[in-house]
Amino acid sequence: MNYHWNWGIFWEMSADGRHTWFMTLIMGLGWSLATAFCAGIIAISLGTALGVIRTTPYKWAVRLGNAYVELFRNIPLLVQLFLWFFVMPELLPKAMGTAIKQMSPPWASFVPAFIGLGLFTAARVSEQVRAGIQALPRGQAAAGTAMGLTLAQTYRYILLPMAFRIIMPPLTSETMNLIKNTSVALTIGLIELTAAARSMQEFTFQVFEAFTAATVIYIVVNLTVVNLMRWFEKSIAIPGFVGPQVAEGAH
Amino acid sequence: MGDFDFGVIERSLGYLFKEGMTFTLTLTALAAVGGIFFGTLLAMMRLSSYKWLSLPATGYVNLMRSIPLLLVIFWFYFLVPYIGAWLIGAARPIKVGAFASSVITFMMFEAAYYSEIMRAGIQSISRGQVWAGYALGLNYWQSMKEIVLPQAFRNMLPILLTQTIILFQDTSLVYVLSITDFLGAASKIAQRDGRLVEMYIFAAIVYFIVSFGLSLLVKQLQKKIAIIR
Repeated sequence: MNYHWNWGIFWEMSADGRHTWFMTLIMGLGWSLATAFCAGIIAISLGTALGVIRTTPYKWAVRLGNAYVELFRNIPLLVQLFLWFFVMPELLPKAMGTAIKQMSPPWASFVPAFIGLGLFTAARVSEQVRAGIQALPRGQAAAGTAMGLTLAQTYRYILLPMAFRIIMPPLTSETMNLIKNTSVALTIGLIELTAAARSMQEFTFQVFEAFTAATVIYIVVNLTVVNLMRWFEKSIAIPGFVGPQVAEGAH
Repeated sequence: MGDFDFGVIERSLGYLFKEGMTFTLTLTALAAVGGIFFGTLLAMMRLSSYKWLSLPATGYVNLMRSIPLLLVIFWFYFLVPYIGAWLIGAARPIKVGAFASSVITFMMFEAAYYSEIMRAGIQSISRGQVWAGYALGLNYWQSMKEIVLPQAFRNMLPILLTQTIILFQDTSLVYVLSITDFLGAASKIAQRDGRLVEMYIFAAIVYFIVSFGLSLLVKQLQKKIAIIR
């Protein structure tokens, strides 16, 4: 086959004239992780809140939480990012919309990317938090009430600490989904890892080197995240407690 | 605000659905059928006691599951012409259309996810049933085909369909190959007429209605086919 391999390409100057292609990929990885981190904060806080209200006795709160999950789960992530990137600035008051559109390059795509990804992932986290809470024996909430705890205290001191320990495995795979999903942000112009590999391919025509490097980096990140989360799971485990299992979600 | 023209949607309905949605649904259907077929084979390989069968399958599934779909789309888009040339012994990379390329990509990517579902499905059938099959004189393929797989499919049908809804949403990512799927069609009209807001909101509503509708059907089905134990 007439494909010319050139693994030295990573040390050659990239199209921006300042960094090597290797550095370009690493900077792409940096944006991927930054997006995942900011989106993760939104996803965990909002997802926990939504998961909690979906297990409360209040019907309206359950409906509200369910509506959020259905809305954000049934629209493709790519379309959601388009809504945040193209549509949102037009619907806001004119001055605000213009200010958003005039943000300097990385931020104009970075901010909508992590907001969109965060809200999308929150729906999935809320499913797991809800499943985690519902996997606990009903007696636990009842015991909280019997001890004179308020509903909020029952969640804070009894239900959530156990629920989070139960859902660590699905949360681990959700974290990896989150990192993988940051690649969708390339469609709104964020130069994250996949986009960096793509631009390397477009400029140098070294298709397979560029994509191999990106693949290897994603695998290394995955392994690191899995091991960190496993270590975290072990370090917060309560000796002797074998919780109920919660099914993992798909990608 | 105020100067939106939602008439653009009505004017482009034919293009959006006849070209765009047809492509999206065809791709979804082909990828689901192929993905479930190869996914089942992968699951059987992973559960095999032969290392030379289970190791490559495990490696493939883990690889596919650890890289983003977009990267897989790019990989296959450039790799398929070379694999094609290697298969037919041509000297140059063969030309593969965007449609064929995306069908292959989604089939092979989703196979990894379907295989995890089918693996759980096969494992949900007790080993005793397979042994019973062997005791009756059936071979491996016969006991799989007559005993294990029908039950595994039945148990996993709701999850397989849910994964197919995810696949339907994921097909929107062929946008990066400039293909006219439903989102691609909406995007082309949006750019041509400068009607981004109207078209993307409409696209979101359509995706929502289809996915939500299908997920309600899956819930119905789940109730209907549940085996009463």
